[in-house]
Amino acid sequence: MSILNWTYLFVGLSFSLYLYIAWRVRVKDTQGFYVAGRGVPAYANGMATAADWMSAASFISMAGLISTMGYAGSVYLMGWTGGFVLLALCLAPYLRKLGHFTVPEFIGDRFESNPARLIAILCAIFISFTYVAGQMRGVGVVFSRFLNVDISMGVYIGMAIVFVYATLGGMKGITWTQVAQYWVLITAFLVPTIAISIQLTGHTFPSIGMGSNLIENSISDQSKFLLDALDDSLRDFGWHAYTESFKGKWSQFNVFATALTLMVGTAGLPHVIVRFYTVKNVQAARWSAFWALFFISILYLSAPSLASFARYNMIHSLNGTSENNLPNWFKSWEKTGLILWLDDGDYQVRYTGDSSNEIFRSGKLNPSQLNQIKSEHELWLNSNYMEGTDGRAIMLDKKLNGPDRDIIMLAAPEMANLSNWIIAFVAAGALAAALSTASGLLLVISSSVANDLYYRTINPKASEKNQLLVGRCSIAFAVIIAGYFGLNPPGFVGQVVAFAFGLAAASFFPAILLGIFNKRVGTIPAIFGMLSGIILTAYYIIYCVFLSGSPWTFGIIENGIAPEAFGMIGMLVNFAVTLLLTPLFPPPSKQMQEKIESVRKPELI
Amino acid sequence: MKNKTNNLPIKNNLYWKTNLKVLITLLFFWFLFSLGFGILWVDFLNQFSLFGSGFKLGFWFAQQGSIIAFVFIVLIYALLMNRIDKRYQIKR
Repeated sequence: MSILNWTYLFVGLSFSLYLYIAWRVRVKDTQGFYVAGRGVPAYANGMATAADWMSAASFISMAGLISTMGYAGSVYLMGWTGGFVLLALCLAPYLRKLGHFTVPEFIGDRFESNPARLIAILCAIFISFTYVAGQMRGVGVVFSRFLNVDISMGVYIGMAIVFVYATLGGMKGITWTQVAQYWVLITAFLVPTIAISIQLTGHTFPSIGMGSNLIENSISDQSKFLLDALDDSLRDFGWHAYTESFKGKWSQFNVFATALTLMVGTAGLPHVIVRFYTVKNVQAARWSAFWALFFISILYLSAPSLASFARYNMIHSLNGTSENNLPNWFKSWEKTGLILWLDDGDYQVRYTGDSSNEIFRSGKLNPSQLNQIKSEHELWLNSNYMEGTDGRAIMLDKKLNGPDRDIIMLAAPEMANLSNWIIAFVAAGALAAALSTASGLLLVISSSVANDLYYRTINPKASEKNQLLVGRCSIAFAVIIAGYFGLNPPGFVGQVVAFAFGLAAASFFPAILLGIFNKRVGTIPAIFGMLSGIILTAYYIIYCVFLSGSPWTFGIIENGIAPEAFGMIGMLVNFAVTLLLTPLFPPPSKQMQEKIESVRKPELI
Repeated sequence: MKNKTNNLPIKNNLYWKTNLKVLITLLFFWFLFSLGFGILWVDFLNQFSLFGSGFKLGFWFAQQGSIIAFVFIVLIYALLMNRIDKRYQIKR
């Protein structure tokens, strides 16, 4: 069977499974809609949290990021899993004891202020939308490559599926669907990774394979460690070595600050915190946190292995290949524009880290711009470099050198010549990852609007039925907006992700942490703390990314602070402002102090 | 009866203190295994390799070791805290 048929089979089967589950567990009240009636067992909740947590970014992009960044890619591994530890230890158990549905609800209640609630709602919605847009793009990429449908058709199908099971089942439906999605995505990730590991190193466990010797074959020296061989090849082709630390923009400060920002930012992500309300008591919440991280770690320990395998395979399968024997995977991915080749005239592919590189990606260029560059380049070649322009210089200037990192995971099975069904299965896994996260986020958007904004702020007398209606309508509305971003992917999605984590780090984390561990912090210091963190971080990222300002160095930081790393500074400013203002303003009400005190007692079983 | 109500806040306080102790200890290891071994001291650790494998030690902590440590930290937290919860439950 062809890849296409296999893909239709797997995607069709998995989608019908999700819809069947959503139908079986549909709900009728707000408790079930937002927190699954608090009746989900710890391991299942852990699995659902893991699927929710691992987005298209984890499944599709992360291996690619590590693959191209090498050591510096560790910030994503450490940042995203380390943030989970912070969440499980410092935030979740206490929020769970206080019994709030959402982060904005906690912030609004704890600091006894509707403006604080509103700031939190706006942040939660912004962060969620940024994330959803990324998921929808992931769905579009997968559909356009594997199902040969138009990207827009793919996004419509994705929207319809998410809409049906999110509105029908609410949190309960989403939770059980995510359990199924976890199995689909983890199998889809492990099968090709294990197969490639066996192929390259002979080890079944990819994490061990990564640190082992290469199997003797035509392209590798015998008995050389995979990582050493990779380091050597990268140096030979003009990059820095894979395992080498602190290169270029990734100075030690930036690696440290970015890892910390991602940790703290993930801990503040609203769609994951809400998962800790779906189990019946604090003890179960702790177990569910353990299971979630356990299930997440299975993918996160394999991803760096896949990243190194794929980099090794890509360098060796492309370099020196002539025009006539280009690998098949290259031809099928070339159509998507995620990878393209501009020859220098010798009909041999060169994929390197210096100016002789011939492998690029189309990035944000539209088809006509791309065609112009290609025809100018052709003219340049045919006229013996007299007329036209060298396309490679233009692409390098636009920083479009190297393939799009998203193809590393998706094309890895093809690069390793694995069977068609494995390649197709990866497509189903990527869709599961994107859809599970998208649905969780849409629920956060809907609960922020229906519960926090509508019920708690606008119409506190709303009936149960009314709230549920507003919840479902806002999901529908959110799906449409997310779909719009999927169809017209804003060029800035990648940069906005830095924004989402930076803002979450600078706003939520300090406010929640101080709200739990400090009884004295009152309304005004908390609001000023959040605002100063948000405004400073937003200002710096806009200044750096959108206005191309030069990064601040404070005279000591080599290469300046990367925008991704700035969340750490925003967070410190938030902490500092809040704590400095606290003694000057009144403490929270007696009632609130008692409530915080109640968290410090063991919960009755 | 009077005694019991007087004792209550002190015992609860002890529960909270134990809770904080567990938290701070685990956060110390959280920092050590990731930001510490994986970033701050990575170049020093990279002189060594992990049990003679192809992994440089610092690189291994950054891409594998930290994640393994995280799973254990959350496991120990769940075991310890649930036990502490139970102990203070009985005393009450």
